[in-house]
Amino acid sequence: MAAASSCAELAGRNKPDNTAFTQQRLPAWQPLLSAGTALPLFFCAGLACLALGLGLHFSSATIQRFAGPVCLYYQLSNYYQNHRRYGVSRDDRQLSGDASGLSSPATECSPFRTDPQGLPIAPCGAIANSLFNDTFTLYHLANGTFHPVPLDNRGISWWTDSNIKFSNPELVNGSLEAAFKGTAKPLNWPQAAYMLDTGNPNNTGFINEDFIVWMRTAALPTFRKLYRRVREGNFSSGLPQGTYCLDITYNYPVLSFQGTKKVIFSTVSWMGGKNPFLGIVYLVFGSACILTGFVMLAVHIKFQKQNQMDVE
Amino acid sequence: PVNLFEQFQRVANAYFLFLLILQLIPEISSLSWFTTIVPLMVVFTITAVKDATDDCFRHKSDNQVNNRQAEVLIDGRLQNEKWMNVKPGDVIKLENNTFVAADLLLLSSSEPHGLCYIETAELDGETNLKVRQALPVTSELGPDIRRLAEFDGVVVCEPPNNKLDKFTGVLFWKDNRYSLNNEKVLLRGCVLRNTDWCFGMVIFAGPDTKLMQNSGRTKFKRTSIDRLMNTLALWIFGFLVCMGIILAIGNSIWEHQVGAHFRIYLFWNEVVNSSVFSGFLTFWSYIIILNSVVPISLYVSVEVIRLGHSYFINWDRKMYCPQKDTPAEVRTTTLNEELGQIEYIFSDKTGTITQNIMTFNKCSINGKTYGDVYDDLGRKTEINEKTVPVDFSFNPLADRKFQFYDHSLIESIKLGDAMVHEFFRLLSLCHTVMSEEKNAGELIYQVQSPDEGALVTAARNFGFIFKSRTPETITVEEMGKLVTYQLLAILDFNNIRKRMSVIVQTPDGQIKLYCKGADTILFERLHPSNEELMSLTSDHLEEFAGEGLRTLALAYKNLTEEHFKEWFKILQEANTSVDSRNDYLAAAYEEIEKDMMLLGATAIEDKLQEGVTETIASLSLANIKIWVLTGDKQETAMNIGYSCHMLTDTMNEIFIVASHTGMEVREELRKAKEHLFGQSKDLSNSHVFCEKMQESKQDSVLEETVTGDYALVINGHSLALALEGDLENEFVEVACMCKTVICCRVTPLQKAQVVELVKKHRKAVTLAIGDGANDISMIKSAHIGIGISGEEGMQAVLASDYSFAQFRYLKRLLLVHGRWSYFRMCKFLCYFFYKNFAFTLVHFWFGFFCGFSAQTVYDQWFITLFNIVYASLPVLAMGLFDQDVNEQNSMDYAKLYEPGQLNLLFNKRKFFICIAHGLYTSFALFFIPYGAFYNTAGEDGKHIADYQSFAVTVATSLVIVVSVQIALDTSYWTAINRFFILGSIAVYFAILFTMHSDGIFVIFPNHFPFVGNARNSLSQISVWLVILLTTVVSVMPVITFQFLKEDLNPTLTDQVRKLQKARRKQKPLQNYMRRVYRTNSRRSAYAFSHQEGFGELITSGKNM
Repeated sequence: MAAASSCAELAGRNKPDNTAFTQQRLPAWQPLLSAGTALPLFFCAGLACLALGLGLHFSSATIQRFAGPVCLYYQLSNYYQNHRRYGVSRDDRQLSGDASGLSSPATECSPFRTDPQGLPIAPCGAIANSLFNDTFTLYHLANGTFHPVPLDNRGISWWTDSNIKFSNPELVNGSLEAAFKGTAKPLNWPQAAYMLDTGNPNNTGFINEDFIVWMRTAALPTFRKLYRRVREGNFSSGLPQGTYCLDITYNYPVLSFQGTKKVIFSTVSWMGGKNPFLGIVYLVFGSACILTGFVMLAVHIKFQKQNQMDVE
Repeated sequence: PVNLFEQFQRVANAYFLFLLILQLIPEISSLSWFTTIVPLMVVFTITAVKDATDDCFRHKSDNQVNNRQAEVLIDGRLQNEKWMNVKPGDVIKLENNTFVAADLLLLSSSEPHGLCYIETAELDGETNLKVRQALPVTSELGPDIRRLAEFDGVVVCEPPNNKLDKFTGVLFWKDNRYSLNNEKVLLRGCVLRNTDWCFGMVIFAGPDTKLMQNSGRTKFKRTSIDRLMNTLALWIFGFLVCMGIILAIGNSIWEHQVGAHFRIYLFWNEVVNSSVFSGFLTFWSYIIILNSVVPISLYVSVEVIRLGHSYFINWDRKMYCPQKDTPAEVRTTTLNEELGQIEYIFSDKTGTITQNIMTFNKCSINGKTYGDVYDDLGRKTEINEKTVPVDFSFNPLADRKFQFYDHSLIESIKLGDAMVHEFFRLLSLCHTVMSEEKNAGELIYQVQSPDEGALVTAARNFGFIFKSRTPETITVEEMGKLVTYQLLAILDFNNIRKRMSVIVQTPDGQIKLYCKGADTILFERLHPSNEELMSLTSDHLEEFAGEGLRTLALAYKNLTEEHFKEWFKILQEANTSVDSRNDYLAAAYEEIEKDMMLLGATAIEDKLQEGVTETIASLSLANIKIWVLTGDKQETAMNIGYSCHMLTDTMNEIFIVASHTGMEVREELRKAKEHLFGQSKDLSNSHVFCEKMQESKQDSVLEETVTGDYALVINGHSLALALEGDLENEFVEVACMCKTVICCRVTPLQKAQVVELVKKHRKAVTLAIGDGANDISMIKSAHIGIGISGEEGMQAVLASDYSFAQFRYLKRLLLVHGRWSYFRMCKFLCYFFYKNFAFTLVHFWFGFFCGFSAQTVYDQWFITLFNIVYASLPVLAMGLFDQDVNEQNSMDYAKLYEPGQLNLLFNKRKFFICIAHGLYTSFALFFIPYGAFYNTAGEDGKHIADYQSFAVTVATSLVIVVSVQIALDTSYWTAINRFFILGSIAVYFAILFTMHSDGIFVIFPNHFPFVGNARNSLSQISVWLVILLTTVVSVMPVITFQFLKEDLNPTLTDQVRKLQKARRKQKPLQNYMRRVYRTNSRRSAYAFSHQEGFGELITSGKNM
């Protein structure tokens, strides 16, 4: 064609680039869901789930035997720590020891921001105000007398919480009390924050571990929080069989909201605390997978021939 | 800023602004302000950038037309002026082969008598030249610029309208009145031909021109997916409100029943102090939280994907035409997926299906055919590049572009075969072509119909060179020697006669009549002695016609001088008769054109664009109906119909509707309908049955009952009647049952009407393709308009949504790009809705456990970033790159196109499936961690069931689940997909750890309260077990369903994919697209783009 040749030198100016990208020819892996891949996948997944489920179930079931350090939890039910109005009612800046946070807490804390006299509350907010304040003491009956079981309150909170997220305001003249000067205690508290653990300066004020544990609000309306650990002396490898007595100082009212309080002694395993749920779901789902695998296999064998004929 | 304002005008954006304001109210704000503002900013930025580029682009192409130069007479001088500045009253000078810039009153021209020639292909698709003549008074002005500048006539005329063939007006000049008609007016869009220059006064400019009046309104086009998306967005919004109400009521009840006991801790504050009011506020809070089911990023993502697809089309080398150096171009980037849903194509003929080039292809002389090429063994072979064309170098005046491959013809000429000589003599004498010899040896023919041009050029190359003519003579160079014939009479062509003749006297005094015309007409007028030759030629004609060639029969007759003189008297009498002159003339012509001797027949190829036949064949395989709408004549249109195999002899019936009254049209349509039903078994039943049914149903029922191929040919006049009132339904019904519909002689506006009609009655997606200004209205009114680019005229391209250089690219555009676009878009939408429901509904479940307090499950930052960072790129990559089957198979298995037409891949049902899937996933996402975290503790005995750990676990599970899901959905894993999917997960963890890091907490303690959370939670084995379980539980059922679906009820796509995979293992695919040869045949009519009146012009000597 004459036209073609005369325009040949023109060609190319507007010609699109010939790359795999522009021509949509990028090398690609095109997986196909075939019986060859899907069925083994199902059987493997099923078996894996079954195995995991069995493992979980077994370890969850062994937890009751109190081998190893025992943890002491308190459990509250029907308690909505996850309520939005409750959950936002805190000032992380204040809790991180910021001086300005201490003198003017965040508005989210309202109405637990200032006390009736107008003094800023430290720590402010509804969460801090409702700090769980029951205390428990455990006694072991040995040789006819009750000996207190040493309860360890160290390391019950997350390291990041007690070291980074929470810290006391800078000491004024070496005194925490002076640092808290000009603030009021939360309304429900019997004493100010710096009095939380008067014996231990590393566990008082905002860095009191009970306080930190409480401030880590629960996700669900029924929750457990770690109270103490039993890991000292004779009890380092668990609570030996015997008679125990738990002394509860009942400060925290729950009946008003139809809540319950529980104290739980539990050990932990590699997968955490006792919870049969995961194990059971894994078992159920593993079985379901294998069953489905068989059904699919049956279907596939039945219809394979027909399909092949269709294609041809 | 203006752009920002515009963006807020979009309902969706205003909605998000409203949400933003809601969030600023602290009592309601369940999320920080940044969760909405950040995505909103991102969306606005992207939209603004896109709008800006679009605007730029549009500006550029508009400028191209607006800034075309026209020579305008200002202050007595010719000055170049941009088109957009041309005003009515200006006098413009036009030069040869330029576009007319506005509707002009022709004042004077370079040709005598103020004649000028125009081509109106842009306007009506007709390819022949038309003559316009200036008023004698104005044509005297000539090229005298001074006098033209003084021209001060006043034109009073009709208001701007869209009738292309009518103009009435009056010119008042120098105290005289001159009436004006269409013959004096040049319309915008015409091209000046064969006329060196002409002057005209602008009557209408810009939007008032007839062309623009005809182009219809520009409408904002939306795709059906767009509309569906809007409906769905409304539904989702309704759903959102429902959830909000449920949760708000729950909140009220909870505050009343449970919360009341918590007042010590869960105080009322100053604003919120009653459970009902709290419920009311909670409603708004939940609206904010749950609004991510209609995410801001949806619309912008859809736009981005479309833009990407548009670029792929622009970049496609297989839609690039090297001859014209034009790649395909997407001019409206928002319609791509609609390309995968086309059901009706409305195509222009001239310039779109055909190249508008006529070539002399074959002939039959005295019972012998020439033009076929035979190989050594005497078999017919196809002409290809290797075939040696006839060498015309012996002839210095030969047109070099002309190619002919049969060497036997030139040999017979050289041998001096009398009949062959006579044949070409006829071709060089019997026509109305005018010649011009610019330089020696450079002969230029001014043809008014390309067919004639082809014939005369053929004769010229074979040594019978038409050199020049005067009103009385024709000079021809016959095999090297000049012969001058006396032209005694031209018996002009008209539509009824379908033939034309000339009577010439040879130098040796012999009087001869040469006639060419439609075979059917001519054969009746032959001398009985021609019987044998006639049957032979007739066979050849059928053969030619079968190949889709336009045929003409040629005959001659020797006249005695007495006979001629006698007849000439009759003719003159007829000429002078006052009334019914035409009838007398016709009778006179009839008188002499009889007992002629057959010479042979010619076959002219109206060259189709490359690959038209294949394209049409595979498009109709894809169940796309093609309608040809042309301004051309019925015969020509049908001829093309045959040559591109839209009409075939195997068709059961071709209905031709060409009536002049409504009743007749109705009758013909009814007959056609009866015929259609006659084929189906229960005629009477279905007829009665159908009328009772609703129209849409009726159509589908009927369509199934009709078997066999039918075609409908309707002309413009009948079409106008058929489009009126109640005939409309009947017409659509019949037309839609036919495989092929050809509408001829239609005006531009009618084209649009037909498109509108189908749009209205069939609710189908329509596509219009054309190249000329006459197609603009159709292009604009169809869902998708395509312009053929690369030719001179740009109007169609400017009005179009897509443009490319050749009709055959349509196949690729629809079957590959359209299908992919649709497929990707649907997949994208499905996944997008799924993802957002899975993401959002977790809040709903959580509401039941947090006192309906509008507490979010996730970290606020996660909510902010999820849709714009973590989960956006993989789905975008899928939306851009996914391919189910490769391009070759997309084209080979045209049936793969059907899901798009039936809208199977994304519809309301699919939407609900996606929603259900999302619902299920969100359920698993919430309740598995819920069960696992219920009263549990971490490995070290510390609690892990706190809110923040829960948030991190659910968020991580969500990111992994949606990533696995997209991995399952992606069927075409390019490196980009891999990168985005893995990258998203990596980015998620990177951002997670950053946000939960010590450093950032120290700087902004109030905004990043999750410090250390990722570290603590993700180091727990049980958290990972939860994530694993959630993923497996969410994904396994999906695999099951997919597997069962593919096994039990595989779609064609699945099968092709399997084949494709199998084939790739064996060897690369080789595809043979067999060209279909038609062996069947038909009789052609005199399909000639010819016009009456030129004979008269020549004999009157006006144009010499």
